[in-house]
Amino acid sequence: MNAQMERYERQVMLDEIGEEGQCLLQKARVLIVGVGGLGSPIAIYLAGAGVGTIGLMDDDTVSLTNLHRQVLYTEKEVGQPKVFHARERLLSMNSSINVQAYNERLTKKNAQDRVADYDFVVDGTDNFATRYLISDTCAAMGKPYIYGAICGLEGQVGVLCAGSATYRTLHPDEEDTLGMPHPGRQVVGVTPAIVGSVQASQVLQLICHYGEPLIDQLWTIDLRTMQSFIIKLSEHV
Amino acid sequence: MEITINNKPVTTAATTLSGLAAEMALPAKGIAIAINNKMIPRTEWEVTDISEGTHLVMIKAACGG
Repeated sequence: MNAQMERYERQVMLDEIGEEGQCLLQKARVLIVGVGGLGSPIAIYLAGAGVGTIGLMDDDTVSLTNLHRQVLYTEKEVGQPKVFHARERLLSMNSSINVQAYNERLTKKNAQDRVADYDFVVDGTDNFATRYLISDTCAAMGKPYIYGAICGLEGQVGVLCAGSATYRTLHPDEEDTLGMPHPGRQVVGVTPAIVGSVQASQVLQLICHYGEPLIDQLWTIDLRTMQSFIIKLSEHV
Repeated sequence: MEITINNKPVTTAATTLSGLAAEMALPAKGIAIAINNKMIPRTEWEVTDISEGTHLVMIKAACGG
């Protein structure tokens, strides 16, 4: 095993991954939209696992209120753009991968161009509108959308645009959804840590083809009770 | 009759999902309901019956990240 493969030794030992899975990871291209609470663990674990090309998209800067959950950043980066530090942090952990940083929001104008360069899109966003945009773009371009969202002590994950369900299956009425009052910004750091890690795990499953990823399904977790459900979003699962 | 909502027993007089939503004064937006782990679109709540022992899951819309 060469030095490059040595870092992956512990995961290559898994039957579900093996050397074949590691090669698939190396070839995979994953776009993470939003590198905040969810995006931090998603990016860290995918970079660690050796996903060959990772795109990071966010136009936000680091603030002090981010630090309790956005584990990519430190006090030194407060006030500075997130994506560049996120890129540096990932490359300092794994210099063998390629990380692209886009210091911009996903918009109707750039969505197709950005998504075209990737095989999977992972959700680290913090609003309904961008999720509709990711879903519509992924559905049109045939790219799986690894959805995740949190609210306080609750979270949910699903693999959309890979079977028949999209974000519109979950939230059919866009106008109603966008018209809802903002649920507030209260959250503990462990909520996105858990939910983002589940999203990263789904990406690994999809790339390496193991287990039963949450295609057309929604996994939910309530961290008050640890109650968890898997809900079918289409007739086909 | 008794049903369960998120694994907790609940007594209700409602016989449809929309009746239950009214009885519980659920908000008009932002709640999804699944029966037997299958999502029921809001447009079908009126014609979706609930009966003794129905297992129901209620999920709040989430948009944080």
